Amino acid sequence: MNITVKVWRQKDGKQKGKLATYQVPNVSPEASFLEMLDIMNEQLVNKGEEPVEFAHDCREGICGSCGVMINGRAHGPDQAITTCQLHMRHFNDGDTIIVEPWRAKAFPVIKDLVVDRSAFDRIGQAGGYISVNTGSAPEANEILIPKDNAEEAFTAATCIGCGACVAACPNASSMLFTAALVSHLALLPQGNIERSKRVEAMVAQMDAEGFGNCTNIGACSSECPKQIGQHHIARLNREFLRAKFINAGAPAEAEFAG
Amino acid sequence: MDTHSDNINSAGSNGMHTPDSKVPFGALDGKWNKHRFDVKLVNPSNKRKLDVIVVGTGLAGASAAASLAELGYNVHCFCFHDSPRRAHSVAAQGGINAAKNYRNDGDSIYRLFYDTIKGGDFRAREANVHRLAEISVNIIDQAVAQGVPLAREYGGMLDNRSFGGAQVSRTFYARGQTGQQLLYGAYRALNRQIALGKVNMYPRHEMLDLIVVGGKAQGIVTRNSISGEIKSWAAHAVVLATGGYGNVFYLSTNAKGSNVTAAWRSHKRGALFANPCFTQIHPTCIPASGDYQSKLTLMSESLRNDGRVWVPKAAGDKRNPSEIPDTERDYFLERKYPSFGNLVPRDIAARNIKEVCDEGKGVGLTGQAVYMDFADSISRLGEDAIRARYGNLFQMYEKIKDENPYKTPMQIYPAVHYTMGGLWVDYDLMSNIPGLFVTGEANFSDHGANRLGASALMQGLADGYFVLPVTIGNYLASLGFDKADATAPEFKQTEKEVIDGIDKMMSVNGTESPDKLHRKLGKVIWDAVGMSRSAEGLNKAIADIKEIKNDFETNVRILGDKHNLNEQLEKAGRLADFLELGELMAYDALQREESCGGHFRIEHQTPEGEALRDDENYSYVAAWKYEGAGNTETLYKEELNFEFVKPSQRSYK
Repeated sequence: MNITVKVWRQKDGKQKGKLATYQVPNVSPEASFLEMLDIMNEQLVNKGEEPVEFAHDCREGICGSCGVMINGRAHGPDQAITTCQLHMRHFNDGDTIIVEPWRAKAFPVIKDLVVDRSAFDRIGQAGGYISVNTGSAPEANEILIPKDNAEEAFTAATCIGCGACVAACPNASSMLFTAALVSHLALLPQGNIERSKRVEAMVAQMDAEGFGNCTNIGACSSECPKQIGQHHIARLNREFLRAKFINAGAPAEAEFAG
Repeated sequence: MDTHSDNINSAGSNGMHTPDSKVPFGALDGKWNKHRFDVKLVNPSNKRKLDVIVVGTGLAGASAAASLAELGYNVHCFCFHDSPRRAHSVAAQGGINAAKNYRNDGDSIYRLFYDTIKGGDFRAREANVHRLAEISVNIIDQAVAQGVPLAREYGGMLDNRSFGGAQVSRTFYARGQTGQQLLYGAYRALNRQIALGKVNMYPRHEMLDLIVVGGKAQGIVTRNSISGEIKSWAAHAVVLATGGYGNVFYLSTNAKGSNVTAAWRSHKRGALFANPCFTQIHPTCIPASGDYQSKLTLMSESLRNDGRVWVPKAAGDKRNPSEIPDTERDYFLERKYPSFGNLVPRDIAARNIKEVCDEGKGVGLTGQAVYMDFADSISRLGEDAIRARYGNLFQMYEKIKDENPYKTPMQIYPAVHYTMGGLWVDYDLMSNIPGLFVTGEANFSDHGANRLGASALMQGLADGYFVLPVTIGNYLASLGFDKADATAPEFKQTEKEVIDGIDKMMSVNGTESPDKLHRKLGKVIWDAVGMSRSAEGLNKAIADIKEIKNDFETNVRILGDKHNLNEQLEKAGRLADFLELGELMAYDALQREESCGGHFRIEHQTPEGEALRDDENYSYVAAWKYEGAGNTETLYKEELNFEFVKPSQRSYK
């Protein structure tokens, strides 16, 4: 296959970027999308041009490093995959492919296709954990969890933090990301003790990072490589309202800023 | 004395001592308990006066950083990823072993210990492995308390499955994403300590050197991957949890960024590197499809619970698998190993797959693949049951191969997956450089010459949650509170050497990209230090690697700026270390004139083609000391004493 790639080039966070056009000939349909970018970069090196930076690591859809907009879609045209799992068989010979970084105020561009997603870590640090020190855990089977709850918690916990939900959302909202962690921990008895405090703190951090609000569009779930559903956002909202009742009278700084 | 080892320096000649494992005396099942009592303790109020650097945030690093911070130490944690959550432990699929005996099937701590020692072909320390088995049960408790959603049964209890090399069901799992879920558990614990201010977290910082002052590890040098800033950091102790070196093969199941740099540069500062030739080739991975291939994808060993491995009986049979009747199929693992069948350990499965492919019975376009067939299990249990167990793995396969494994057998072939070798450590997980601790895959301990499935997660978390927090205190309690001064000459000197190294690489300005040279290195290592090894092949590999190294030094091309995000520069630095490590791997494989576990020397095999160990001469850990650029390293031997088990020829028949 012969492919034309129009790719976002931006030297660093301070300078403006633009699309550059490169031809990539003789691409095997069995190659992955990132392998096609590897080939393109190898050609650039041969010509003495600086290669395009893109984030990637495991190349099997689990680390959450990769993620670009491909022809306007987060992680490209296939469903339920990350960018690294996309294969060139989904394109046609002669296609022009437009490749851009995630676009969101809370994800500033670092270089070319690489963005800063550290806001996600800070949302997690705001309360996305169970406070248990190493060594103080009870015997594992003393905590019984209904299989269905465990499965539902697991489904939420599969979020890889890639940021496709934010990139796909017209509001650049991170509701699905936050909901996945809130939902996972709220479904488990171990997470129950801190659930009110957790949801308020995480939502407050999410707003402080500059993510937009949720208007129930659903693009996030549709583009999520792990297919995390909208009902987790519903559960986040319910958890949040529940917390407002329970935490009523709590200090003002714990209140929802939005 | 064989002729091949003549050019290897052996330690006896220069009078240096062989490394002391410091294994405590006493009964096997009492050593760890006794040691926990014997170690020196740091007063709780003094812990806040002590700084510890942790490099790496996988299972071993994140668990250590969180646990040390909980104890009260000031932890400074570094990773090259953009977030600690992305460490490659996230990709571990199948499960984690623990001797809970929830299945009432005869499991015990001793059985897990014995299976692991035997699986490692009697090349690991008894005391370390027994400690690992003891701690295994606490890990599950800890993970569940953190909210790790492990698989459960309808009664609400935890579920288990079987894994290779064992005849009991002791593997806990979270579908095919066990590593991800356990890592996120450790990551959440780490996040909590970051929020509490007890861990300073530095993502996008790659460790490029170790700082040794007065013979002790006192700090590290890092490069900020965005600004390019080279900076040194001082602490009372340094913990490396930087993973394995499988990417020396270029193609492996490791993530693209996984590298040996932190460990290798510590080796060059004096830390011994142990058993570098002990690498694990995982039997079931998705085969390569072309020369653009950038990595290989694992298909979890757990699949061998329900998948039957076969090839056509006749070489060159190109029929569609569905057209080949059962009588014309060779289920070669079940035929050769009736009691373990498809669940033989990884090294044995991998070698048998290579053998049938070498006989021309391989399938697929390249003939470098065998079938793993789920048809029988699907007809017995139904497609939904198989989907519940392996759904994400089947999806992963389908996305890569564009074939539906519920309908057509998977094609699989071995690939490099894990490295048992690593920096040498004593029972306290401390290297021979005081103050330098090494945990998880980065150290050499516990797995001997072959790791059993579902044991890597167990070891990483045992080291980080339960071993290191105890043993590091033993070292720190003997120190004062004065930290090395980051303006000391050793710091500036090490920093300067790092900067000079980068400038030297960037000034070559040749024609070859780091990836291109890395592929060449990978092919040499795969052919000569892969699934089968020979003196002839290894000697040739050493010469070939030297040539690629020379090509790298004179002809590498690194474009871009060192003060900006620059993956080419990162790749080149990592490749420089892989080139040196690759050569040492070949030397190590050459000196070990026996076959054991994943190390198969064709000169040493039984008449049935199984690995032939030589316990009389090679029952030791090979620990190598760096002797300066271009010089052959010196070999030190830590003799393995089997006090409690009797090494026997492994039999899985």
